[in-house]
Amino acid sequence: MSVARFWRKIPQRYNLIGTRCETCGNHFFPPRTFCPDCRRAGKIVDHKFAGSGTVVTYTVIQTAPDQFASPGPYVLAIIKLDEGPQMTSQIICDPKEAKIGMRVKSVFRKIATDGESGIIHYGTKFVPVE
Amino acid sequence: MRDVAVIGIGCTKFGEHWERSFRDLFVEAGAKALEDAQLSGEQIDAMYVGNMSAGRFIEQEHIGALIADYAGMASRHIPSTRVEAACASGGLAFRQAVISVASGMEDIVVAAGVEKMTDVEPGASTDALAGAADREWEGFVGATFPGLYAMIATDYMHKYGMTREQLAHVAVKNHYNGARNPIAQFPNEITLDTVLKSTMVAEPLRLFDCSPITDGAAAVIVAPLDRAREFTDTPITVLATAQASDTITLHDRRDISTLDASVAAGARAFAMAKLEHKDIDMVEVHDCFSIAEICAIEDLGFCKKGTAGKFTADGETALGGKIPVNTSGGLKACGHPVGATGIKQVCEIVQQLRGEAGKRQIDGAKIGMTHNVGGTGATVAVHILGRL
Repeated sequence: MSVARFWRKIPQRYNLIGTRCETCGNHFFPPRTFCPDCRRAGKIVDHKFAGSGTVVTYTVIQTAPDQFASPGPYVLAIIKLDEGPQMTSQIICDPKEAKIGMRVKSVFRKIATDGESGIIHYGTKFVPVE
Repeated sequence: MRDVAVIGIGCTKFGEHWERSFRDLFVEAGAKALEDAQLSGEQIDAMYVGNMSAGRFIEQEHIGALIADYAGMASRHIPSTRVEAACASGGLAFRQAVISVASGMEDIVVAAGVEKMTDVEPGASTDALAGAADREWEGFVGATFPGLYAMIATDYMHKYGMTREQLAHVAVKNHYNGARNPIAQFPNEITLDTVLKSTMVAEPLRLFDCSPITDGAAAVIVAPLDRAREFTDTPITVLATAQASDTITLHDRRDISTLDASVAAGARAFAMAKLEHKDIDMVEVHDCFSIAEICAIEDLGFCKKGTAGKFTADGETALGGKIPVNTSGGLKACGHPVGATGIKQVCEIVQQLRGEAGKRQIDGAKIGMTHNVGGTGATVAVHILGRL
């Protein structure tokens, strides 16, 4: 991935900053600049998500692409953020502990590396909340 | 709008064609389709070619012109258009050809699909396929394609209690059918144990739940129905063409284990053909993973949501069952050269309707359906074909 392509997503990847429509109250992550419900009547503003949510579904990836492979099998999940939107991310936990409905919160972590000399991708993962 | 018929079909063998190139494959499929329709190249008015990712697989773009050129059409300067919708590229190419003929703009049109996937190492092909999902918000965080369908399977099994064994029946049935299809990549029968003991890819999906990496090409020729008998004694009429889209990401869907685009395209196709489920003799669905076939037969309405596991385990989707599904062997056993799959599905239904499907023939087949999915369900194409 080119540096520019990664760079411009940093606010969203590092801080979970999405958007909210002040007209209907819906939250969007990743950010939308156009509300699908209110369309041109929508008023879009930035919104920093609290980072807590619930696991909707998950899998344990056993056969991973090279750039993600170093930590071994990992838990991939769809998380429903408390504000409403759903997102795909990794859960840092023992794969045996992953389950639907588990409460999680966001953390800042390394995601992948573009080989030995490429850029290191950082972003949001989630950890279980006791 | 004019009625449209399929007048010729051609397919290469699906598999790992180490000794053959992208060009060799589509030329073979196209030549077979022309021969089948007893046409010469001079009669072709236009071509639509389904191809997902020649840019990633063989570092070649501009596929429309390349194919027309190597099909010997360069001096005739016919319009040739590449169509891309990930794994639904073939289904959409067929639909574009049908629309073109139906509109009256063109008469004899080739719809083809081709993919050459084994010229790159497996990691590179997997990464190219991941482009069918959202690269920035799915692929970036480590979502592989099997991983996305695995999350559909987890959701489905949690909601409806389908067992792992019931899911394995999809692959066993498709291998049984593939063993009766001369073009199939894996013409071997397997048992439930083969599936259940295979390598875990993304829980709960194992290797034998996944369609393979495949090289292959397929082509069909469509013409106005009122001209079809100039070329064939057994024209197959296109009774419906439907297409639908949905969110590119899985996580934005209304329901994780329902492909709303399949529901929409299926309903539109039935409405256009003025037919009901009981009228369909067999259906080719997009079983890129075993769970995808489970969702497909429910989303198209052949059984109630949550019941497809038992329906499959009971043999209702097998040859001779209530609604035979994937008589070709499906993507699992016949193979999945992504851009060619949607066209191969049409070839299979045409063979069935002509009574040319050999050991996998459905007796007295009159009407068949195809269902081709792009990504995790962001694009779906459904067609209904009939022998009138």
